Amino acid sequence: MSAGADGVELRRAELAEAWRDPPGLWGFLVTVDHKRLAARYIVTTMFLLFLAGLLAMDMRIQLSAPGLHRMGPQLYNESFSLHGSTMLFLVSVPVMEAMALWLVPLMLGQRNMAFPRLAAFSYWLYLGGALMLWVPHALDITPDLGWFEYPPLSGPGYAPGHRVDIWAQMITFTEVAALAASVNIIATILKLRPPGMTLARMPLFLWAMLIASLMTIFALPAIMLTTSMLIADRLVATHFFSPSGGGDVLLFQHLYWFFGHPEVYIIFIPAVGFVSSIVETFSRRPIFGYPAMVLSVLAIGVLAFGLWVHHMFAVGLPRLGNDFYTAASMTIALPAGVQIFCWIATIFSGRPRMATPLLWVVGFLVTFVIGGMSGIMTASAPLDLQLTDTYFVVAHFHYVLVGGAIFPLLGAFCYWYPKATGRLMSERLGVLAFALIVGGFNIGFFPMHVLGLWGMPRRVYTYPAEMGWGPLNMLATIGSTIAVIGGLVFVANALWSYWRGERAGADPWGGHTLEWLCPSPPPSYNFDSTPTVRSITPLWEPELLAYDGIATTKRELLVTSVMEAEPIYRQNSVGPSIWPLVAAVAVSILFVGSIFTPWALVWGALPIAITLSLWFWPTRERAKTGPLRKR
Amino acid sequence: MMNDRAEPRIIGDLSGLPESAQGPDHLVWWGNIGFMLIEGTGFALALGAYLFLASRSAHWPPPDDPLPGLMWSGILTIGLMLSEVPNLWVKRRAAAHDAGSVRIGVVIMTVIGLVLLVVRGFEIAVLVPSWNHDAYGSMVWLLLVLHTSHILTDCGDTFVQALWLYTHEIGDDQFADVEDNADYWTFVVVAWLPLYAVVYWLPRLA
Repeated sequence: MSAGADGVELRRAELAEAWRDPPGLWGFLVTVDHKRLAARYIVTTMFLLFLAGLLAMDMRIQLSAPGLHRMGPQLYNESFSLHGSTMLFLVSVPVMEAMALWLVPLMLGQRNMAFPRLAAFSYWLYLGGALMLWVPHALDITPDLGWFEYPPLSGPGYAPGHRVDIWAQMITFTEVAALAASVNIIATILKLRPPGMTLARMPLFLWAMLIASLMTIFALPAIMLTTSMLIADRLVATHFFSPSGGGDVLLFQHLYWFFGHPEVYIIFIPAVGFVSSIVETFSRRPIFGYPAMVLSVLAIGVLAFGLWVHHMFAVGLPRLGNDFYTAASMTIALPAGVQIFCWIATIFSGRPRMATPLLWVVGFLVTFVIGGMSGIMTASAPLDLQLTDTYFVVAHFHYVLVGGAIFPLLGAFCYWYPKATGRLMSERLGVLAFALIVGGFNIGFFPMHVLGLWGMPRRVYTYPAEMGWGPLNMLATIGSTIAVIGGLVFVANALWSYWRGERAGADPWGGHTLEWLCPSPPPSYNFDSTPTVRSITPLWEPELLAYDGIATTKRELLVTSVMEAEPIYRQNSVGPSIWPLVAAVAVSILFVGSIFTPWALVWGALPIAITLSLWFWPTRERAKTGPLRKR
Repeated sequence: MMNDRAEPRIIGDLSGLPESAQGPDHLVWWGNIGFMLIEGTGFALALGAYLFLASRSAHWPPPDDPLPGLMWSGILTIGLMLSEVPNLWVKRRAAAHDAGSVRIGVVIMTVIGLVLLVVRGFEIAVLVPSWNHDAYGSMVWLLLVLHTSHILTDCGDTFVQALWLYTHEIGDDQFADVEDNADYWTFVVVAWLPLYAVVYWLPRLA
């Protein structure tokens, strides 16, 4: 072995030692490795997706024929409430944050997130939210008012017990977790970019995550505020939503949808990032219309905050308000259309290679466009009055959420799976899973448009035979079953390939962004050196350049300037710590306690203060001067 | 394509870079701004909720509710604004890496925080109506509790920081932490001004 190779080996050994986690269970609990945290985040979301899928199948079987009574109305209410709340709060948003947690440092050529312990805290608190919803469910205390629990139905007068409180506080858990992740993602993208990666050279995935994270910061406080007000109405008899005390139930709806509509785009915009990455790599050319893509993501990010009232057309708002929000809702189709055309132009002008990730993009384009079309229909206030609360809406939002976010996510799994595991997924099983899922989904959900137009309301546990909805419901159930079988094939492929898949190497797809530079799977420290960037497709440049000098014997990150990514200083990066987990437990005790007594906010704050102080307590030598110096 | 890539060519050495920075150059400054944005959005939305309910009522406050008292709230508001003088002084001393002044400054800011919490206590003690009387009462209590939690948090944070600063040798990163904490206090002060205007003066102007 040459002296140079010895040097590289020594450097890698030093880095591995500096970025090592303690072994065993303790290492699992204290790790701040973004890849390990993201992996458990993703596995948890996938497990919850599986549970939500079981609920969906249960409901589809219930509706497959008229007059079935295997489920009663209460169980059905609980099932769709649990399904919707799980999918929106515990799967869709967290899985996007998790993908960012895994990918962002790798795409930046960095060794960790800006705030590693905040990432750990985010996961543990998210897990608390998942337990908050599903442990009470195991004890038969299940929310039963849908995924948006409007007062007065959810108020103290109509919903005794703790079903509503559990739902509301589950949201607090997951939203604090998402906010923590978002601040972390924003700081990482703005301050930890590699030298040369100016804002204008940022991969679209990073743009997408930056904007989705900013949207999270501006949208999620609304839901935390409104669910806290709901809990207060129920616990300490405030009157925010009680008309008898001068409150207004519409306040809940306004605050809820001020969050709820941007939420759809908080889920969709990361998918824009996945799709762009896949399209570029598999078309073997840089994205067509990069500035237009960035501007359209920005435009969606801004416009998404001006649409929320279209969820409330049926409540009887002033006509002018309805007109404005109809126009605004249709406007957002423009930047979404720009993106679709840019992707199609990239594929057509490139040299496309039809591997499974690109297949998922095609499935996404077709399905999402159908969902967009039905969105334009429901954006029209007069038509919405007819369609609201029917199966047409169920069809619409499954087309945009499953087609617009889950399909790109599955494509992203296929695309980055070899990077994460070091092995390729089976293409044959991948194509089979794709065909079953996309085909089954369309067979399952397209008929729901028709059922909605025929007047079938959503959230009914059964229907009489004379309505004539039976055959299409049976078709929907068959389609959903096919899609679920496809999902099982997808998971089986992932598991089989983990042990048996073909070895991937660092860059099996010929990718263009920095994550394809490091080995697959990446070591704990990700990169040997600090890569530099001279274009939006750095790995397609003839030569890759890098800087040396970031410490190899301790955890250190390079911090750069926000606009031009010029090196500023070397930041000490914190190591493993148990305090994020302990702090999350302390926060959980306060959240759970505050369902039962407002005093939990007082006594529950003390453990949080103590754990946060210990978390942030810097380790440096004791003072040599002053009254509290070391004696 | 399946093989590992060639090692990048090394073109420079970053080991000469400093180990810390100040203000927006520092990574943690951005985290601090992120949390201010979250909480600022919370304040703005809570104010929006107040104005929404006010706009939906024929009388605001409702006829049997008195206008909110001006004495303790006025003292608190003046106190918060005056606290910016020592706060900005601490921030400047932290930027200058003046350990002695910073240690004294954070103690002064902790005491000021405690005094203002007592004043806020008096403000809340004379607050009429109760939160469970009507929606107006609920909204006023919400805004005050929301803001009080911020004074409390920053006061506690400053106390812990003071404890650490007196017991340890202060490094560059900790001076930057003091600056960030001072920025956060400024946020707590600035966030109060629109709340004060809406809770205490808007009903009088209407």
